[in-house]
Amino acid sequence: MKITVNGKPYELAVAEDMPLLWVLRDVLGMTGTKYGCGIGQCGACTVLIGGGAERSCSLPVGSLAGRAVTTIEGLSEDGSHPLQKAWIEEDVVQCGWCQSGQIMSAAALLKKKPKPSPADIDAAMTGNICRCATYQRIRKAVQRAAGTGGGR
Amino acid sequence: MRATDRERRHFLRASAGVASGLVIGFAVPSAFDSRLFAAEEGVPATGSKPKLPRANAFLQIAPDGTISLKLSHSEMGQGIWTTLPMLVAEELDVDPRLIRVEHAPAAPDFFHTAWGMQLTGGSSTTWSEFDRYRQVGSMARDMLARAAAAQWNIPVAECRTENGFVLHGAQKLSYGAVSEAAARLDPPVEVTLRPPKSWKVIGKPTKRMDSLAKVTGKAQYGLDVRLPGMLVAVVERSPVFGGTVKSFSAEKALKVPGVKKVFAVPSGVAVAGEHFWAAQQGREALEIVWDEGPGATVDSERLREKFASLARSGGGLPAVSTGDAGAALEKAAVRVEAEYEGPYLAHATMEPLNCTVRLTEGKCEIWTGTQAQTLDQMAAAKIAGLKPEQVEIHTMFLGGGFGRRATTASDFVSEAVHVAMGAGAPVKVVWRREDDMRGGYYRPAWFHRAVVGLNWDGVPVAWQHVVVCPSILAGTPFAAMIKNGVDESSVEGCADSPYLKNVPDKRVELHSPSLPVPVLWWRSVGHTHTAFAMESLLDELALKAGMDPLEYRRKLLAGDTRRLGVLNLAAEKAGWKKSLPKGRGRGLAVHESFGSFVAMVAEVSVDGPRIRVHRVTAALDCGTCVNPEGARAQIEGAVGFGLSAALYGEITLKGGRVQQSNFHDYDMLRIDAMPAVEVHLVPSGEKPGGVGEPGVPPVAPAVANAVFAATGKRLRRLPFRLT
Repeated sequence: MKITVNGKPYELAVAEDMPLLWVLRDVLGMTGTKYGCGIGQCGACTVLIGGGAERSCSLPVGSLAGRAVTTIEGLSEDGSHPLQKAWIEEDVVQCGWCQSGQIMSAAALLKKKPKPSPADIDAAMTGNICRCATYQRIRKAVQRAAGTGGGR
Repeated sequence: MRATDRERRHFLRASAGVASGLVIGFAVPSAFDSRLFAAEEGVPATGSKPKLPRANAFLQIAPDGTISLKLSHSEMGQGIWTTLPMLVAEELDVDPRLIRVEHAPAAPDFFHTAWGMQLTGGSSTTWSEFDRYRQVGSMARDMLARAAAAQWNIPVAECRTENGFVLHGAQKLSYGAVSEAAARLDPPVEVTLRPPKSWKVIGKPTKRMDSLAKVTGKAQYGLDVRLPGMLVAVVERSPVFGGTVKSFSAEKALKVPGVKKVFAVPSGVAVAGEHFWAAQQGREALEIVWDEGPGATVDSERLREKFASLARSGGGLPAVSTGDAGAALEKAAVRVEAEYEGPYLAHATMEPLNCTVRLTEGKCEIWTGTQAQTLDQMAAAKIAGLKPEQVEIHTMFLGGGFGRRATTASDFVSEAVHVAMGAGAPVKVVWRREDDMRGGYYRPAWFHRAVVGLNWDGVPVAWQHVVVCPSILAGTPFAAMIKNGVDESSVEGCADSPYLKNVPDKRVELHSPSLPVPVLWWRSVGHTHTAFAMESLLDELALKAGMDPLEYRRKLLAGDTRRLGVLNLAAEKAGWKKSLPKGRGRGLAVHESFGSFVAMVAEVSVDGPRIRVHRVTAALDCGTCVNPEGARAQIEGAVGFGLSAALYGEITLKGGRVQQSNFHDYDMLRIDAMPAVEVHLVPSGEKPGGVGEPGVPPVAPAVANAVFAATGKRLRRLPFRLT
């Protein structure tokens, strides 16, 4: 089985029903994508597939044939993506566990709506739980990124 | 390079880097401190301590100028990865952002300055390290200056330090350039810390230093650990607390591709596989017969009845008793009776529990996100048959803690050591969300009953208060802290309430029913319920007294400067006296916990069965505030954390089984329900207090009081239900 992650092709020898999350974390060693619930309820495992936000914990890797996966590692390695910069500038993170997923959901939003309204942000981000409740700063960071080309 | 070297380098890199040339040398102590073992007997030992810390255990400056600092406490979101380097930087004269931070190993040098063991909790990191980390910075600066002075052959008094350099007239030497010479000098025997008026770093809003790692996915948490040859294991635990395995069949599980080993451990049956998915598939194929034991009778509805009847029957152990509350109540002009209650709560850290263990000859290595390194080290040593100093703990970033990663029984670490012994290979034990949710160690369910007598001026003159709350400390190494049968963590914020101070006839008593459900401290511990009961009750008393809730508190708290300071600031910033649109209500609460004072004004409306919290205005007095930006972030987050509990949080049991399992039935506050939160700081030169927990207690009562203002409906049970 072949998948493409962050522009790089991988050949996998795993069961087709193995969720993408565990392929990324346990097989490919990309641990930036996080496990939170395993049932698509918390958003910690969010990745981009063809530009849209998907919950990788509930996505059998066998269903991905030929589609491009982008993880937090693929957004930028050095934190230079406008969303990552905005997250740093607004001092968003606390424990940080959910933030990869938050940023990937925001990335999907800005691709679709480069200038989201506050209501658009809340609607797009409501599938991502932050137990530290950094939501107020997430709102600000998404708005800041939207003003600096975050949809790239 | 051998595999172990490669991994070690990997971990060193992952934990923010250690330079190769050690200068103000880092040294792991060779002998274990006997204070450690006093703690095992039950009392966190305080013993005599050296006057100054061993700076070289904490701080390292390499010839290339790299400064590395070890954190004695665990970063779990509260921001000490930033606060503690700020303290060092204040005395060392460097930009805190240039300090590379890493978690310390488990060792006596890093024991809590007040509690005699390595422990992150009680919102204590900043106050307990406020002197030590500044001393470390000051000691290093002294040695660097002396080394430079010797090189220039001038008296050290003629040198000054600035921004990583020692200066003398037009000459300057970087810290890196003199670090090797400095390392050969004796450390100072005393240092004078700088006075507040000359602080340049403390009190300056500073952005978090762990952000880059956390927004790029590079930050390494326990669940991210990968070792060569490592297996991943999951454990099927008893569906009922205290249950044990009667028998099991591994046959089907072992047929699952990737499953390597299936075996019993004290907590259940472990399935170890090539990766999580294999282990989990194997686990689903397990066949286990449980001996459920007495835990199978626990039922939340029956517990509620039991707690209520205990509260109404009296006969608890006194936490406070002066005068004759019963007689005074008979004579009071007005009596107010109220009962409040709340359920068990799960911590539900976003990163589920996990622990990685590697056993080799004479050594046990542990990688995990823990708040309690010393307890974990002792527990692991006992299980593995080693001495504590043979157990190495690598503290990883914690994806949330809130108390759950500091169990007195070291539950998740102990279990992982057993699993590693059974697996015969390095192993990462992963708790599924469902395991984490059902794993116990909850905030205890609780019930309060209060009867308060007021005089004709509306002032409380008699107060009878019964708290029912299972003890967190009973049966743990901390049990010695229970005085006369009263676990202070069950009555903190009530027995010592300022509202009771001037009441002549009062009695606060406690029932601590013993149940099979493990309970634990949960962000703000006893204050989670005492603040709700006391601050809701205050509004009920104000109503009876015919006074505005703010004016009533001002009257009862006259002279209580710090409490009034936050109360007045929050009320002013919220526009307490200003009118609101129809359907909206404001409520306030003020509470002291962990050495800090927080007041909140919540603005709510009610939409059918749903409470909408629009705005929360908070005021914080945490004494001397090291990082105001971090403090504000903690209070903002505490509002959301408190709202999750107030609006949704409830763990219930039926037939001994926890009925919730994941976020679909134990939901968290989400972004669309997050109010606008403003945080205002009261400037203060008092000793630093905590900021991680104190924001949680006022949230639920402020909202309950606001709902009453909006609707006339008094909410006395958590989580809130309007129907």
